Amino acid sequence: MTHPFTWWDARTAEEAAALLAKKGAMALSGGVDLLGELKEGIRSPDHIVNLRSVPGLDRIERTDRGWRIGATAILADIAAHAELRKALPGLAESADAVATPQIRNQGTLGGNLAQRPRCWYYRSADFECAKKGGKGCPAEEGENRYLAILGGGPCHIVHPSDCAPMLVALGARLFLRGPDGARDLPIADFYELPSKNILCEYTLKPGEFIEAVEVPVALPRSTYVKLREKDSFDFAAAACAVAGKIDGDHFTEVRVVLGGVAPIPWRAGASEANLMKSTLADAIEPASTAAVDGARALSQNEWKIPLAKAAVARALRSFLPR
Amino acid sequence: MPADRPDGISRRDFLTVTGALTGAGLLAGKSSAEDGAKGKGPAGLGPEAVGYTLRVNGEDRAVSAEPRATLLDVLRNSLDLTGAKSACDRGECGACTVIVEGRSVYACMMLALQARGKEIRTVEGLSRGDTLHPVQAAFIEHDGYQCGFCTPGQVMSTVALLEKTPSPSPEGIRAGLCGNICRCAAYSGIFEAAAAAAKAK
Repeated sequence: MTHPFTWWDARTAEEAAALLAKKGAMALSGGVDLLGELKEGIRSPDHIVNLRSVPGLDRIERTDRGWRIGATAILADIAAHAELRKALPGLAESADAVATPQIRNQGTLGGNLAQRPRCWYYRSADFECAKKGGKGCPAEEGENRYLAILGGGPCHIVHPSDCAPMLVALGARLFLRGPDGARDLPIADFYELPSKNILCEYTLKPGEFIEAVEVPVALPRSTYVKLREKDSFDFAAAACAVAGKIDGDHFTEVRVVLGGVAPIPWRAGASEANLMKSTLADAIEPASTAAVDGARALSQNEWKIPLAKAAVARALRSFLPR
Repeated sequence: MPADRPDGISRRDFLTVTGALTGAGLLAGKSSAEDGAKGKGPAGLGPEAVGYTLRVNGEDRAVSAEPRATLLDVLRNSLDLTGAKSACDRGECGACTVIVEGRSVYACMMLALQARGKEIRTVEGLSRGDTLHPVQAAFIEHDGYQCGFCTPGQVMSTVALLEKTPSPSPEGIRAGLCGNICRCAAYSGIFEAAAAAAKAK
């Protein structure tokens, strides 16, 4: 059962950072993902620092640089924000694509970005695996139907977030805070492949947490397409986030990012190159094929390669004039 | 879903986590002796049971529970509100759905401490005396259940949906209730009940 912990209500971001410097402390925002890990017994923090008690950390506001969304902003509020949806439609769609109403009502943007993978070997205390600090990957010889087709090894998880690929496509920046102060970085640099960092999908220093996300409004067209095995609610089997600028019949700027197929949000640079050199209509087929360049299936997940292609094609087709 | 809880938790363990309040003395609760950074930060709560108040169905209720207790633990084991059900315990089935600050949430995936200072509503608070809430009445009228185990969660999700979207489309009803699973698959009755309750309002 859940390891006992001491609870701290942080009153300011600085105070949260100071509290998180304690040994065995973890940050909690909505808490849905962390509570799942606690219940499975794969994490046993002695201290939990509540970020939702920090006033204003959930603010969604337009600034001169775009939209600034506090880390503890509720996903349902992001999805329901009319002005934000108008400016960044793909972001609202990605927040709306998360799980169920109940989880969107509690889950926050920061938690969505820092959630841990759903690989069942990782989530089970009964299996040793490299991501939990043990050895090897039981999925290689075991159940790997939903795991990575791109960027995998030595761990083959897929990144579960819907908002992360969209924010990579939109060119967002993350604002982090920790015991040593604040820093910010492009969200794409936040995520790391298991070949670089097997223990965690992102690069937070000890005690650091996400304070806010800043999204520029430079790419007015965006969409998020999520394909899942069970359509009522599920994690993505393959997803595609596209953000760009369209002039007439072609993109003048575009980012294509896949979700649910790689250990991190997977930028499909070859697709983008295809889209930049011809009309959108002509580029859809080659761009969706190029998105899965280098894909390599495990024993049970070859089906995800055409599925990822389909997600890209579907996302791109949504930009065609109707 | 496995019959045995993987963590081997028993009802007795739950009771030690959430123990019902037996004396007013417990209300003071215990705070960790540790202070925040440099002794000026907030006091930590726990890890032993701490006393606090939850506002449930319009009433302030004193509870004593360890910080690790979920809202569902406290509702069921300390406050004897057993309408919200414990089934998957992982935020996947919806049987524990309650409404916090007007939003449906999974009580199994929210720590009770997170619900302090918020308006919590459970299925027990819906009816007015013998008069059922229109959503409850519609579930009966349209057979929105078979075994009934998931019903409190289905009803609470429907109430939350209709308070936000008084006239949902059929697709809106399905999307709004997608976080609640009915193992008897009484979905057609559930969706009809939701549609009828929307019209009745």
